[in-house]
Amino acid sequence: MEATSHSFKQNARDALTDAQLQKALSKMRPGFQQKRADVVAKLPEFEDLRDRGRDIKNHVLENLDFYLERFESNVIANGGQVHWCRNSEEARQTIMEICRSVDAKTVTKGKSMVAEEIGLNEYLEEHGVEPIETDLGEYIIQLRGEPPSHIIAPAIHVNKEQVVEAFRKKHTDLPPDRPLEEVGDITDEARTQLRSKFFAADVGITGANFLIAETGQTVIVTNEGNGDLTQTLGKAHVVVASLEKIVPTLEDASCILRLLARSATGQEFSVYTTFSSGPRRETDLDGPESFHVVLIDNGRSAMLGTEYQDMLRCIRCSACMNHCPVYAAVGGHAYGWVYPGPMGAVLTPSLIGIDEAGHLPNASTFCGRCEQVCPMRIPLPKMMRHYRAKEFTENKTTSQVRAGLGLWSYFAKRPWLYRQSTKLGAALLRALGGNRGRIATLPLASGWTSVRDMPAPEGRTFQQLYKMSGHGKKGSA
Amino acid sequence: MSEAREQILAGIRKSLGRGRLEGAAAEAVEARLKGHARVLVPKRSDGDQAHKVGLFVEMAEAVSCTVDRLESLESVPERLADYLRRENLPARIKQSPALEDTVIPWEKAPALEITSGAAVNEDAVGLTPAHAGIAETGTLMLHSSAETPTSLHFVPDTHVVLLRESQIVGAYEDAWDMLRQKLGLEPGASVPRTVNLVTGPSRTGDVEQIIQLGAHGPRRLHIMLVKD
Ligand code: SF4
Repeated sequence: MEATSHSFKQNARDALTDAQLQKALSKMRPGFQQKRADVVAKLPEFEDLRDRGRDIKNHVLENLDFYLERFESNVIANGGQVHWCRNSEEARQTIMEICRSVDAKTVTKGKSMVAEEIGLNEYLEEHGVEPIETDLGEYIIQLRGEPPSHIIAPAIHVNKEQVVEAFRKKHTDLPPDRPLEEVGDITDEARTQLRSKFFAADVGITGANFLIAETGQTVIVTNEGNGDLTQTLGKAHVVVASLEKIVPTLEDASCILRLLARSATGQEFSVYTTFSSGPRRETDLDGPESFHVVLIDNGRSAMLGTEYQDMLRCIRCSACMNHCPVYAAVGGHAYGWVYPGPMGAVLTPSLIGIDEAGHLPNASTFCGRCEQVCPMRIPLPKMMRHYRAKEFTENKTTSQVRAGLGLWSYFAKRPWLYRQSTKLGAALLRALGGNRGRIATLPLASGWTSVRDMPAPEGRTFQQLYKMSGHGKKGSA
Repeated sequence: MSEAREQILAGIRKSLGRGRLEGAAAEAVEARLKGHARVLVPKRSDGDQAHKVGLFVEMAEAVSCTVDRLESLESVPERLADYLRRENLPARIKQSPALEDTVIPWEKAPALEITSGAAVNEDAVGLTPAHAGIAETGTLMLHSSAETPTSLHFVPDTHVVLLRESQIVGAYEDAWDMLRQKLGLEPGASVPRTVNLVTGPSRTGDVEQIIQLGAHGPRRLHIMLVKD
């Protein structure tokens, strides 16, 4: 997928003034957070499970080569094949060859972020194979010709009226008087359209939430059942997976599965968790005739052993973006590539480079909510800070920011001056806020205040309060 | 083996600052894999069989399954016919061939028309056995075999599952152990092509996060739970 992460600032500005987007985002905020909180409260072991999940993935990453080889030999033992691909181009070519080998005209697809990452749909189209997205959200954005804006709810930026508009435009056989007002009507229409496609498809492509070394199984976790129809009814089943998806055993998978749905949609468990390996067995009555795992590196092996290794524990649950104030304000498209929100702000520069995506780690208020909810305890704010520091030392920060930081450090190194000037600043801001307590325009920061108010400080500075509480005294612990 | 494969593995080892795992290090990883120890099993399903059955039913109903509890297989035909009538569904059923061997007195509900095999698009009602019911989240474990085609779990609008109370276990791990036992699986030996964990009927939240049942898979999941 073509990245526009370098223009995050402009993207974000556009997003903030996009009325349709803001309407859609306003609906998202309460849902995910409340559901997660409710379901987590029902499982007393949840925090312990997070520790164990983190430990499993750390162990895997330290022994990744061993587990990948074991996974491969078990896939082969079950009659399947593993294709190792260093980058997107190799992966696209490999998948295209598999399509050619069965003379494929159409391909049904379950939701896969890795397939987005390698730009699979465009490539298939260019080579005469029609890709059909079957997850309802993916289907909607395919009709609208846009990329996903969220890793588990790809059409979260789209309002119902816009879905209806896209259906009416693209489903030309749909009688104009057929009602589409209810979500149920929309779902039924998609179900009807896609049913025959599942049966007609030559190849079914899915992603993978996990790869299990012990058994050579790939795992998908879904709610709609589209991934299962995709992989059961196609002639060939192709699994597109990045190589950090490995877990050692079914027991390890069970542990992490207890974290995934709860963190993602706030469900106790997703509707369908499906483990597959190999083609249909000789006496089976259905299932694909061949089974391929396309195993993609695309920069991940180089993240091992670096300060970004922890990011490879990510299970793509989306909790970090569901709790992120920046994501909630600008949506996923502003991030300019496949992965948005806090996890995207770390992963994107790691995978496509700091030149293209070095700005993204700045898209944070460092409120720390992402780390609080990340089931795999990934220290997202810390890694964003690493990138900021790197951006600064590599001189990629804009001169305005550098000047600002330089000024701040001048004051910060002179405590008395810092105290006096923040006191003065706070008093000034209070005066600007007047009775409303909010400041609609801030000198030198119109980029910030043209679209939002800044709360005026209400009382004393932090330093003043700290001193009053007695902690500021010399000699106290 | 391919050049890409060798390069990726070499890249991983280089990043980790070591060569191929050998000796004691390799044995330790091997032992962890073979031992497939349980990590952490939540306590909620601990208790006797009655507790597990109760929890299974409660959790399954919470995700929009319907559960019909039967004294014996004897009453399956009439109760199933009742259910189909109530829901306004056709009396034509496609069942897993595995159920041909189960003694169900179908003659008690002559209106039901029953055939066996994999699902085709016209099949509106599927009837299948399950490998296990998992109490902790009201989840069914089903798997493919010569007698239990996977398409029956996804294609028909209505999925009816026949489950015995003794098949209900507490946690996912218990169901995996049962599967290993049933199929005589050693780690690494051939697993079924597909194992499905199913928790409720199909749903989507992709339009404005409004939960809608019946996305692509079954709109209804009806569990006939039979006493042993
Ligand atoms: S970083 Fe953590 S919270 Fe975000 S998607 Fe990954 S696992 Fe989930």
